[in-house]
Amino acid sequence: MDVILFGISREIVGMKKLTISTAENIQTVGALKQWMKQKYPQIEKLNSLAVAVDSEYADDDQTLVDENEVAIIPPVSGG
Amino acid sequence: MLVKIVEDIDVSEAYQYLESPDTGAVNLFIGTVRNHTKGKEVVKLVFEAYKKMALKEMNKLAEEAKQRWPIEKLLILHITGEKKPGEAVVAIGVTSAHRDASFEACRFLIDELKKTVPIWKKEFYIDNSVWVNAHP
Repeated sequence: MDVILFGISREIVGMKKLTISTAENIQTVGALKQWMKQKYPQIEKLNSLAVAVDSEYADDDQTLVDENEVAIIPPVSGG
Repeated sequence: MLVKIVEDIDVSEAYQYLESPDTGAVNLFIGTVRNHTKGKEVVKLVFEAYKKMALKEMNKLAEEAKQRWPIEKLLILHITGEKKPGEAVVAIGVTSAHRDASFEACRFLIDELKKTVPIWKKEFYIDNSVWVNAHP
């Protein structure tokens, strides 16, 4: 699964796109958030952490499939 | 309705888009780079967007505003890239028959944009830089 990264999450991970092996068995948005926080402890310190699936905000129980475009959305600060 | 992510905001072009002889109120809000934050001098801001999703979210807000207020014309522009103090980074414009709708819709659009649209800004000071809102 490919995960697109922006802003501070891109800097924390050090990449624009993260490829997560299917062996990690991440099946939901919530599981992805947990995995990110464990693997990159600095993610845990952020004000909030959202995930977008196919460019829509997704709930933790949403299922992820390989074809989805998945993005990590750190706290937004436009305007 | 004009919803775009751009490199630069041309304020007179934005106003021209909103002008309409049939209406009595044009409200155009321009957000600019402030030269200081919490007592620190700001040198520049750098904006980054998840463009596809940001446009989707901006369009959703525009549609919601059109449902709630009698709007003749509506404009949302946001920049990406680097901006110096004084430069425009966001423009929100609403044209309506009367002023109440244009004030209220403008306020709604900028407040919601700040909450939901996936755009991020990094503030650069003389000695360091931070992603705004990232940490408590």
